Amino acid sequence: MYDIENYYQAESVKDAVRLLNEHPDARFISGGSDVLIKIREGKFAGTSLVSIHGLKEIQGVKMADNGDIYIGAGTVFSHITNDAIIRKYIPVLGEAVDQVGGPQVRNIGTIGGNICNGAVSADSAPTVFSLNALLRLEDGKEGRLVPVKDFYLGPGRVDLRQGEILTYVIIPAKEYEGYHGHYIKYSMRNAMDIATISCSVVSKVDQQAGVIEDVRITFGVAAPVPYRCTKAEEALKGMKIEESLYEKTAQLIREEINPRDSWRASRAFRLQIGGEIAARALRRTVELAGGDRI
Amino acid sequence: MIGKSVPRVDAYDKVTGRAKFTDDLVPANCLVAKIYHAKIGNGIVKSIDTSKAEALDGVVKVVTFKDVPNHCYPTPGHPWSVELAHQDVADRNILTGRVRYYGDDIAAVVAEDEITAQRALRLIEVEYEEYPVEIHPRKSMYGSKPPIHLDKKDNVLVRSNYFIGNVEEGLKESETVIKRSYKTPIVQHCHIENPISCAYMENGRIIVVTSTQIPHIVRRVIGQALGIPWGKIRVIKPYIGGGFGNKQDVLYEPLNAFLTTQIGGRPVKLDITREETFCNTRTRHSIEYDLTAGVDSEGHLLAKDMLAISNQGAYASHGHAIAANGLTAWRLQYACPNIKGEAYTVYTNTPVGGAMRGYGIPQVCFAIECFMDDIAKEIGMDPLEFRKKNLIKGYYEDAYLKPIAANTNGIFECLKKGADYIHWEEKRKEYTNQTGNIRRGVGMSLFSYKTGVWPISLEIAGARMTLNQDGSVGLMLGATEIGQGADTVFSQMTAEILNMDISDVHIQTVQDTDVTPFDTGAYASRQSFVTGTVVKDCANLLKEKILAYAKELLPEETRKLRLDHGWIMAGKDPAISLGNLALESYYSLGNSSVITAEVSEQVKKNTIATGCCFAEVEVDIKLGKIKILHIINVHDSGKLINPKLAEMQVQGGMSMGMGYGLSEQLILDEKTGRPLNGTLLDYKLMTMMDTPDIKADFVELDDPVGPFGNKALGEPPAIPGAPAIRNAVLHATGVAFNENPLTPQRLIDGFMRAGLI
Repeated sequence: MYDIENYYQAESVKDAVRLLNEHPDARFISGGSDVLIKIREGKFAGTSLVSIHGLKEIQGVKMADNGDIYIGAGTVFSHITNDAIIRKYIPVLGEAVDQVGGPQVRNIGTIGGNICNGAVSADSAPTVFSLNALLRLEDGKEGRLVPVKDFYLGPGRVDLRQGEILTYVIIPAKEYEGYHGHYIKYSMRNAMDIATISCSVVSKVDQQAGVIEDVRITFGVAAPVPYRCTKAEEALKGMKIEESLYEKTAQLIREEINPRDSWRASRAFRLQIGGEIAARALRRTVELAGGDRI
Repeated sequence: MIGKSVPRVDAYDKVTGRAKFTDDLVPANCLVAKIYHAKIGNGIVKSIDTSKAEALDGVVKVVTFKDVPNHCYPTPGHPWSVELAHQDVADRNILTGRVRYYGDDIAAVVAEDEITAQRALRLIEVEYEEYPVEIHPRKSMYGSKPPIHLDKKDNVLVRSNYFIGNVEEGLKESETVIKRSYKTPIVQHCHIENPISCAYMENGRIIVVTSTQIPHIVRRVIGQALGIPWGKIRVIKPYIGGGFGNKQDVLYEPLNAFLTTQIGGRPVKLDITREETFCNTRTRHSIEYDLTAGVDSEGHLLAKDMLAISNQGAYASHGHAIAANGLTAWRLQYACPNIKGEAYTVYTNTPVGGAMRGYGIPQVCFAIECFMDDIAKEIGMDPLEFRKKNLIKGYYEDAYLKPIAANTNGIFECLKKGADYIHWEEKRKEYTNQTGNIRRGVGMSLFSYKTGVWPISLEIAGARMTLNQDGSVGLMLGATEIGQGADTVFSQMTAEILNMDISDVHIQTVQDTDVTPFDTGAYASRQSFVTGTVVKDCANLLKEKILAYAKELLPEETRKLRLDHGWIMAGKDPAISLGNLALESYYSLGNSSVITAEVSEQVKKNTIATGCCFAEVEVDIKLGKIKILHIINVHDSGKLINPKLAEMQVQGGMSMGMGYGLSEQLILDEKTGRPLNGTLLDYKLMTMMDTPDIKADFVELDDPVGPFGNKALGEPPAIPGAPAIRNAVLHATGVAFNENPLTPQRLIDGFMRAGLI
């Protein structure tokens, strides 16, 4: 049994905003795979809920005329993984969210919930960071558009204001066209687990010059929020694609990330794994670009 | 019938969800109980205020440690001992104000529903006086102020030791002397169904429906805990969702029985959470071992010495029996003239160690079998050759505990099968001197395991059979089905002796202490051996009675009679159908007497089962990951009653063994002893995605002691996996990990220390 005080079903995004304004102590529930756990743990015990579960207007993936990809916040992970647009243009995101928990959670958990939950271990987070995603927030008025990197404030905290609802995760065309990505989730088992540390690499290869033209590397669980390794990215841009590139990547990452010691894993462990998975993910993106001829 | 893979008798009901478990039997008006657990690791409750909780609408009753009987009772699922010296340590109260570990039980709430009970718990206010917390037995064993239990000043529950020959002399004569230390973690059983019970009163007696392996023992311990006659209690055990030894302990049944007496006998359900199951039920003991051995120039063991220090946690539960069982295993199986063993079981401020599948042997097997590989490496010998050189061939018996003996010993046949499957010789060669990040290795380990507990403890079982009107047979046992397939193999045994179809044997799966014959329950891999002996005797008795009755019905000159699938046969001719005979026995106006048989008897036998595990692994050094490529267990458990069930038993056990080797451990906070990962997310039980193909094989020697040539198989499959994997990693990388599980963290640390990263 879940300790829930009141439950309101929203009929639309507008309705959801209205309900939340009428019941300021209530919180959104979509798939429930995070919220219900917190209710059971006692953290949200006795909460009221505004359900946005099943709102068609924020479900599904579509492409705008300019090539920007709009992912409805209420789209479940398994839908994203199997969506034709995602598979064709940003398969890395579909692969990343396919590593969430197990099949049941992937059929109920949504990308909007994954982001708004604010967990640094969220499997969607490193990839949406590396894709420079924008978040569309509605508040019943003009709403706002926020880069995902500004949305995460701290562990479990995001910049979602009272009465706001996340409606779309937007991947602008310029952020994915010509890029290839790869996500590595490092966890202690192969299913039903959260990341110990994770890394999403999105790169663009200059085939003729045989160099990395652009690269974006984001870590989950290496800082309180998903962490873009901008120093390493800058250093790697223009580097020749050869074996030493990957050694250099691992080394740069270990210099840049600042993970902590905890009972789950030591700092030294996370540094070792962090460098290794970044290098392996970059190698994979280069292979995907067809540029790994060495 | 014996040796046939008949389908489980409970298969269809379990698969369709029709099988009844405790929660299916809870009455509609049942109240709900929740426990208030201490939020410190050691100390006393200075004050407790339950007034706000009591005032909450829907709360029926709040009880605290002040309300419960103040005498102590024991909890382990051992038979009662009539000798005071052999009785289990009684060190628990139903609730306590002396907090001995984080989460100790201080109070309980009974409410109309679960949410009200949870809200009431949050309204209870407690003030503590805190004492320092000690979670390490090597420190705790020098005493604490105050001691964890007042009657054990040094916190040592029990110390035991033995000497065979002269170890010091043996070491002096040895060419090489090797010393190593090993450590095993606290792990939890993780049965699917959490411990759950429902208690209510009828006619002044307490009825407890509970998920347990040991209904008759639960009845006795509730009587002890409440201080009431044992006959006043009735325990009912329906189907259960696994136990693995955790439910070979009396957990919260006494508390629940007490609660119903406090609310006028109304029914109350106590269904604990997974988090409580991790923290507040039982765990596998963490044991540390210091081992020394001496070998001669040819690799023969000349002397060996073991010191074992077992972390008991806050209460005695099964106590020293676990470490002592390992100490016994130390002197079995390998020939060695000089052996010394010493073990301490130490109270600490941690969750309580109890019975878990293998009962101390997975721990000692990890230590011994890692040590065997380490010795072999030290003297430059193939580890399989080294073991073969030292293993006893054929019959052997324990030096102290008669009649414990390997009446059959298939270890060499097991090793051959395992080595062939894994391609031992080729791969040991192929994988030497590897370089690079990905490396492979093969490793193995072996074990021995007793069948049942005689003569360390009592072995008794009971069976009752009734010939029904239609010629079918009703079978009632005190032994319990806990998922292992007991009901199926007992039905097979009955059908075998009575030479009838298994579909004509109707086993009553529910144990009810008012009704079912006495048996101590499912543990010690005992039931197919001990209860099996009694089932065989009971079925033979029933057969005799049926044939005697048939003689009365048939003409005097009828030849020798026998049973054959629903018929009484006289030679090759059917004389009378069993159905007609049964009808006569019920309704004959001249000679009716229902044919039943009941046997209750002691089984003063024991026999040693054995087996081995071979594993091939691939190690990704820089990622600290192990992938099991191939793994096989080969068991000599005597004759198999049901080969398919046996194979499934081995697969489940191997999964447990792999978890023990690779990922499972309950991690405790140093400051409080609180479990940091007591959830199924953070405690890394293996999933199907982590599980390789598992191979199970058998060597079927006909054991002369077992009722059907069978020996222990319930627990053994979980034993040899962890050291086999560890030894394979040693082969692959040259790095010896002396503490399981081999988690990525341990691997990375070890590879860094060894300079591989």
